[in-house]
Amino acid sequence: MLLQPFIILAATAVAQVLLVAIRRSHRATFGLGLVGMAIALTALSVVRPSSLPDGTGVLALDGCALFFAVLVLLAAMAVLVFAFHELEGRVAQPEEYYILLSLAVLGALVLVAANHFVTFFLGLELLSVSLYALIAYPRSRDKQALEAGMKYLVLAGASSGFILFGMALVYAELGSLDLRVLSDALQGLKPMDVGPTVVSIAGAALLIVGIAFKLGLVPFHFWTPDVYEGAPTPIAAFVATASKGAVLALLMRHFIPVRGYGAPQLMAGIGVLAVASMVGGNLLALLQDSVKRILGASSIAHMGYATVAFVAGPRVSSVGLPFYLLAYFIGMLGAFGVISLLSRGSRADRIEDFRGLAQTRPWLAAAMTTMLLSLAGMPLTAGFVGKLYVAAAGADATQWVLLGALAMGSVIGLFYYMRIVLAIWGTRGHDPIRAVANWDRVPEFPVPLAGSVLLSVLTFLVVALGVYPTPILRVIEAAVWGP
Amino acid sequence: MTLVLLFILPLAAGAFAWALARRDETLCRWVLALALALGLLQTAWIWVTATPSSSSWLAEAQWPWIPSLGISFHLAVDGLSLLMVGLSYLLGLAAVLASWSSIRERVGLFHFLLGAVLTGILGVFMAIDLFLLYFAWELMLIPMVFLIALWGHENRRYAALKFALFTQAGGLLLLLSILGLHFAHGHATGVYTFAYSELLGARLGPTAALWLALGFFVAFAIKLPAVPLHTWLPDAHTEAPTAGSMILAGLLLKTGGYGLIRFMLPLFPEAAERLAPAAMVLGVVGILYGALLAFAQTDLKRLVAYTSVSHLGFVLLGVFARNDEGLRGAVVQMLCHGLSTGALFMLVGALQDRLGTRDMRRMGGLWAKAPALSIAVLLFALASLGLPGMGNFVGEFLVLLGTYRVSAALAAVGSVGLILAAAYALRMMQVAFFGRAPEGLELPDLGLRERAVIAAMVLVLLWIGLFAQPVLMAATPAVGMAHSEQGTVLHPIPLARDGMGTVPAPSERGNAP
Repeated sequence: MLLQPFIILAATAVAQVLLVAIRRSHRATFGLGLVGMAIALTALSVVRPSSLPDGTGVLALDGCALFFAVLVLLAAMAVLVFAFHELEGRVAQPEEYYILLSLAVLGALVLVAANHFVTFFLGLELLSVSLYALIAYPRSRDKQALEAGMKYLVLAGASSGFILFGMALVYAELGSLDLRVLSDALQGLKPMDVGPTVVSIAGAALLIVGIAFKLGLVPFHFWTPDVYEGAPTPIAAFVATASKGAVLALLMRHFIPVRGYGAPQLMAGIGVLAVASMVGGNLLALLQDSVKRILGASSIAHMGYATVAFVAGPRVSSVGLPFYLLAYFIGMLGAFGVISLLSRGSRADRIEDFRGLAQTRPWLAAAMTTMLLSLAGMPLTAGFVGKLYVAAAGADATQWVLLGALAMGSVIGLFYYMRIVLAIWGTRGHDPIRAVANWDRVPEFPVPLAGSVLLSVLTFLVVALGVYPTPILRVIEAAVWGP
Repeated sequence: MTLVLLFILPLAAGAFAWALARRDETLCRWVLALALALGLLQTAWIWVTATPSSSSWLAEAQWPWIPSLGISFHLAVDGLSLLMVGLSYLLGLAAVLASWSSIRERVGLFHFLLGAVLTGILGVFMAIDLFLLYFAWELMLIPMVFLIALWGHENRRYAALKFALFTQAGGLLLLLSILGLHFAHGHATGVYTFAYSELLGARLGPTAALWLALGFFVAFAIKLPAVPLHTWLPDAHTEAPTAGSMILAGLLLKTGGYGLIRFMLPLFPEAAERLAPAAMVLGVVGILYGALLAFAQTDLKRLVAYTSVSHLGFVLLGVFARNDEGLRGAVVQMLCHGLSTGALFMLVGALQDRLGTRDMRRMGGLWAKAPALSIAVLLFALASLGLPGMGNFVGEFLVLLGTYRVSAALAAVGSVGLILAAAYALRMMQVAFFGRAPEGLELPDLGLRERAVIAAMVLVLLWIGLFAQPVLMAATPAVGMAHSEQGTVLHPIPLARDGMGTVPAPSERGNAP
């Protein structure tokens, strides 16, 4: 019962491989992937949440894991739709893309439900290896993608090494690879009564470094803007949402409840990472001219905000962090979705490429504006409530330094989000060179139906969650704290 | 329910107007104008019908919103709120009428944003859930940035972003302080709530209270603006389109003063007492600094913007005098400054539309060309320099009176601001409206629509100036709450003695303990 969603996803990937072997068809491979994920979603919805692991002891779907699994699957389905639009008729052999995507989703789900270092590492590697190929997918026509893929390969490989070594050290100390044993130890309930040893501190530090790489926390963030810029847009969205979200889900399940009370130095170290990411990520975004790079740098900052909730402890965070990630998922998916749809007809990368978009494509402009304002945390959007929750978690734990950094980061953040938004709504009339920019030159290209429906849904969700978040908060509360 | 309607009306009407604008732009203007007129009538209706009951609020509306954090959608008005709400609708209406012919591009979007910013402002004036306050506070920001950035003048992008960053910094400070108060109260009592009435009784340590009060103070002082934090104001006011300047000067600045009176003083009485001397000095510095800079400007809009800094210095001074005279004076000053400066921005905007410049040096002799416009400018210039008979005089006089009771020196220095006001106002009149007109200067006079708006504003100013009693009475409950809790009332004189009002009945003093 518990393993069904995972089996279904694995079977989907196998079926896609077989389909490609028999007959190459873009639509069919895409459809198979979408259907597979939909079935996995249905299978997830009948799983009864329980913190007890399955027979193998390495996977467990508690309420929190279920929530994140659903979130990751939905995000992946959105990515799939945008990818279909982007690949259609533009890449010679698009079918393998969907196989890799199915595998990446499987990896993310394993990561979300991991209960053991084995599944942790397995999920992480399945996800990362699929992403190496996906990021570099348009390698033949886009050298930047190849560069981004190589960068991701080297850095993610290195971080996997860190994590693996950290696991080994922790194992040497604890004698167990079970994550629950680790979180119990952190809580100070089990061994470690002699205090942390050099080995355990080194192990924890290596693990944190590896995870910080995956999340793109400063100072382990260097790959983020490059990968976001070079990767195919839907894949950038996937890296920003599903991939980072899965890692955070794992951390949240195992470490927010214990909050590292046994190891305050650990929490201090994570706090430093959070401050550096909030300030550094936002400053980095200021310097960018490419919207994809800005989103990449802003995702560094967003992971920093999420880390604040992580440090602050469970009372507010256990509801706040899932909601925050939900808002962040929607915002990132929507923003990358708009870029992806636009890039069908023209270059959509520099801020200047977006100038005057509101006049030519008002609906896409409205969607993009909503997403960016949500990422900036403006009222009437989901991001506003999310930011409230993160700030509330910090205030509850009286982490004023972190909150100061959060406030500063948000002010800087508003600046670069508004730069894009003002460009979108600005006119080109005052500049004779700009007057013939992008959107007039390109022939009218239709925005595909599925993509526009999806964007409308995402936009609606942003506003609905921003105006009245209570229903979804109830769902999260029920998932995290049990009915 | 009426309050929710009052809150949401501009936004809804704006959205509707936006939808209509594709077909008919004039209809779009009419829709928002009529909606705002309706809101004004509704405010008047509440004013007339509501009787001060045992409850401190004249009208109230509450729904649960995010119960897991103790947040409710809680609106309420007392006399002070109602005054500010009325001002918002009046100036909103004036802003729509002022942009009737000057805004021609993207008319629908313009009116939607105008409605959205008004809804944010109304939310600040009516919210008594602190989270709702922050929500409304932030809601004002984005539409205003758009108004400046899309319809503004030469340097609009810079001004818009500067405004956005200052306001956002203040807003986040407000959020952190609100959260700090929320959790400090929650940790102490186990009741996690954002309700104003509940938090009024929060017991805080002196250090915590001082820091939280400082957060509130800085957030409101940025909006007000108090002097070292005012630098966004001249740029934003100058670059904004006429309607934007009117809303900025007339309403947005008032949210700062209102916040101080409604939230900061009652929530942190002891901390406010400790901050008061510094705040009053800042107020006096603002009065003089703003006036001096106004005197040096050649750009008419910038001049009016700096006079705002000066006049809002009076508000800060009066609020932190923390007595009946000072606080009531601050309220009157906020109302009258809103009207007179809103009108001045409208007139300067009209001048700019007609002449294509705001530079005083390129004007002159306008009196002969456009007498009605010139008389209107003169009237509002006189009002803003504090001519007796206009409301501004009442406000500034009461503020100085209240300040005198606390510190004679500050009152004396502050009153120099009145002389400087005369200097810059008369200089503006002399340079721009008298003297010889430049060659080939053509200036059509005010149209009927503009005359009607100006006449309405003059009438209200005269009404407050000659018969301030209803305004002073309406502000009484809020004013009472803002200072009655302070440990030592410096000069608790009965209200009847100041000749401006009578001692309010206990029921009208609201829930002041």
